[in-house]
Amino acid sequence: MNAITPTRRNFLQSASLVLGMTLPLGKAASAAPAQSGLPFAPNAFVRVSPDNLVTVIIKHVEFGQGPATGLATLVADEMDADWSQIRVEMSPANDPLYKNLAFGTMGTGGSTAIGNSWLQMRSAGASAKAMLVEAAAKRWGVPAASIKVSKGVVSSGRRKASFGELAADAAQLKPPEKPVLKTPDQFTLIGRDTPRVDSVAKTNGTAMFTMDIQRPGMVHSAIAHPPAFGGTVKSVIDSAALAVPGVLAVKTIPHGVVVYARDSYAARKGVAALDVTWDLSKAEKRTTEELYAQFAEAAETPGKPVEKTGDTAAALRGAAKKLEAVYQFPYLAHAPMEPLDAVLEMNGDRLDVWLGSQFQVGELTAIAATLGVPFEKATLHQQFAGGSFGRRVTPAMEFAVEAALAFKAWGKGPVKHVWTRENDIRGGRYRPLAVHVVRGGLDPSGKIVAWDQVVAAQSFMKGTPMEGPELKNKGIDDALTEGIAESYKFANHYVGQHIMEAGVPTLWWRSVGNTHTAYAVETFVDQLLEMAGKDPVAGRLELMEDPRTRAVLARAAEIAGWGSKPPAGRARGVAAWKSFGSYVAQVAEVSKGADGLPKVHKVWVAVDCGIAVNPNVIRAQMESGIGYGLGHALYSEVELGEGGIVKQENFDSYRSLRIAEMPAVEVAILASDANPTGVGEPGLPPIAPAVANAWRKLTGKAVRRLPFAVGGRA
Amino acid sequence: MATDFTLNGKPASFDGDPETPLLYVLRDHLGLTGTKYGCGIAQCGACTVHLDGKNRRSCVTPVSMVSGRQVTTIEGVAGKEAEAVHNAWVAIDVPQCGFCQSGQVMSAIGLLRIKKKPSDSDIDAAMAGNICRCATYVRIRQAIHDAAHALEA
Ligand code: FES
Ligand code: FES
Repeated sequence: MNAITPTRRNFLQSASLVLGMTLPLGKAASAAPAQSGLPFAPNAFVRVSPDNLVTVIIKHVEFGQGPATGLATLVADEMDADWSQIRVEMSPANDPLYKNLAFGTMGTGGSTAIGNSWLQMRSAGASAKAMLVEAAAKRWGVPAASIKVSKGVVSSGRRKASFGELAADAAQLKPPEKPVLKTPDQFTLIGRDTPRVDSVAKTNGTAMFTMDIQRPGMVHSAIAHPPAFGGTVKSVIDSAALAVPGVLAVKTIPHGVVVYARDSYAARKGVAALDVTWDLSKAEKRTTEELYAQFAEAAETPGKPVEKTGDTAAALRGAAKKLEAVYQFPYLAHAPMEPLDAVLEMNGDRLDVWLGSQFQVGELTAIAATLGVPFEKATLHQQFAGGSFGRRVTPAMEFAVEAALAFKAWGKGPVKHVWTRENDIRGGRYRPLAVHVVRGGLDPSGKIVAWDQVVAAQSFMKGTPMEGPELKNKGIDDALTEGIAESYKFANHYVGQHIMEAGVPTLWWRSVGNTHTAYAVETFVDQLLEMAGKDPVAGRLELMEDPRTRAVLARAAEIAGWGSKPPAGRARGVAAWKSFGSYVAQVAEVSKGADGLPKVHKVWVAVDCGIAVNPNVIRAQMESGIGYGLGHALYSEVELGEGGIVKQENFDSYRSLRIAEMPAVEVAILASDANPTGVGEPGLPPIAPAVANAWRKLTGKAVRRLPFAVGGRA
Repeated sequence: MATDFTLNGKPASFDGDPETPLLYVLRDHLGLTGTKYGCGIAQCGACTVHLDGKNRRSCVTPVSMVSGRQVTTIEGVAGKEAEAVHNAWVAIDVPQCGFCQSGQVMSAIGLLRIKKKPSDSDIDAAMAGNICRCATYVRIRQAIHDAAHALEA
């Protein structure tokens, strides 16, 4: 999904230009289809109002990674707008106008937001500017070439006009056939630390999230889910729940038992008072330990090959030194700060939905279909979302369907359906549990001559509409073995995978398969290099072929002062990994904490994500990927206990990283003229192996089972 | 029996189950949604408000407990510490998803009111109860130092 270069035709179909009065967004969007027959339809991304505000329409959900700022920057730069006049607005659910060019439908994921929008948003801005310039040229009777635009001011000689003053005239013009894009030396905002568009609202409490929506006559609903995955409701005694003050009704839907109340507290109290008999006959009952054992057994056999070079078995037999490891990676919950939630309302035959949707059209379609409402009668009011890390959409859109069914079962007006943190932690759709069996061999000179790695894990794509041809036809899911075969090449190299079946629903989780593949590869190679008497950085550089990975590794080592001696009681570890088209290397400096776990003092990061649209956002995403990755690597596990019942419930048992555990982070961004790639995920994969490599140096303990709290105390 | 208290300097009243935690009274009944729910069990700090000027987790504070007292939320918090914290937060773009930030900001203001020049370990202690799943911690720490610095000037 990298290297997104929309074809010209593609671009013309999806990018159109409206310049003019501030239209309510619904109108702007509904005007578009009528125009689509024209060669150059109006642009759906830019609006200039007479009060001189430029509104940029954002097609990606903003759940923290900064796309709203990034997309607005692309438009503003090409327009030569002043950053202070820029506003953003979330787009409606409309695939023809707002699809992710990498997905073919609206959606945010795979760190694609900036990459797929790079030319699209810049062209939208360049078109708008050209029309404003033409309007000024006509008004003043001067050649367009004599006109300059800078910081939102259009001028020719001593004549000046603001965008707002020219908006009405510009609206009469046709968009240019081929908007001319800037060359990188002309960028004024791209490459700078442009302030985020959402910082003020997110600091003073005015930012609106789905959970904050209030509608007249709205009730609050909460849900009791089956205690084990695959369970269903057998019977419900709801008298105690109904006796809770404020509780209005109890209804059963396929997902569980829903309690409706005047406020969310009463709804939750009602859920606690329910007496539900569950049918667990079809539930997944295996424990985490049982799954690990069965997955490990599978991973001892070759599975389906994704890489097969030379004769690994023979090379291992003949190796001078050998290393073997079994890695265990637990289920992980995403636990976004705002749990899943939705608000639904019908007005006559019209449906309104408030969501911070990660797949706007897919979710709205699922809700509308569940309620029997035609898509054209459904409106999505897209909100900020309080984090996602992958959780806010699933291939089956089951949260959207649950919310729709809860709304339908009430049937008396607007409903706000909100999961509790317990629903969230116990609600499945986890990062898949995975087992890797890895074997490596060195020749007498210390060269790695054999690498054999087999992964056993579930596939969350299999059998879904999002299943790709590799999976459908060959039964290979790239997510299981992501990046393993590309990271290093060996003369005798085998990588295989087993898609395992379990009743626990799993999902993409910030950086997907790289969450475990990077850990296994980067800790195992580190240990092999040590056996060969090689330095972790120099040894990797000898092995690595990709110049961009080599460059980030060398740079991270340089800013970390890799060759120097760390302070007493500390050790440094390194890891480098490419994911989603971006390259990241990290050096972690670690000591032993009082709790017997790594205390990470500092992380040095080098990142190459192509042209850096907003360096400050890139640094923030490196910090975020490190913090999120580190917290889970050290503390987090969703564990299936007796009968397949999840043991964790809330942040007391599903431990999150806290401020004292956050390392200092120093980021170097490599200069690049490649098209930009994402940063929301690529900061995560290297942190856990970098820490583990430092930890092994410090304590001699090679951590094979995550989290460290379970498998790594020293 | 109604519970009466002062909310952001104005009289407020809640006429429902007195055991209802303040969080849900603020959000669902009084329309102040800046204060967030993140866990409901005093683990995350998203629901932090000031009760008589001090940091308080509203999700575990029955509304009966605030009877006759002063409650301040993110919507009403003011004063020089509040201003310094807001400015410092925006200056370095602390928020990412933003959902935890009302709580972070309230905790930081509460800290600066009792500690003019907090050390790193003061910050660790005071902010330990505020989870940020986006891990904006590097910037939270920086912004608190920056705010303290601005207050000194
Ligand atoms: S909601 Fe109160 S501490 Fe989490
Ligand atoms: S900014 Fe997202 S949880 Fe803190």
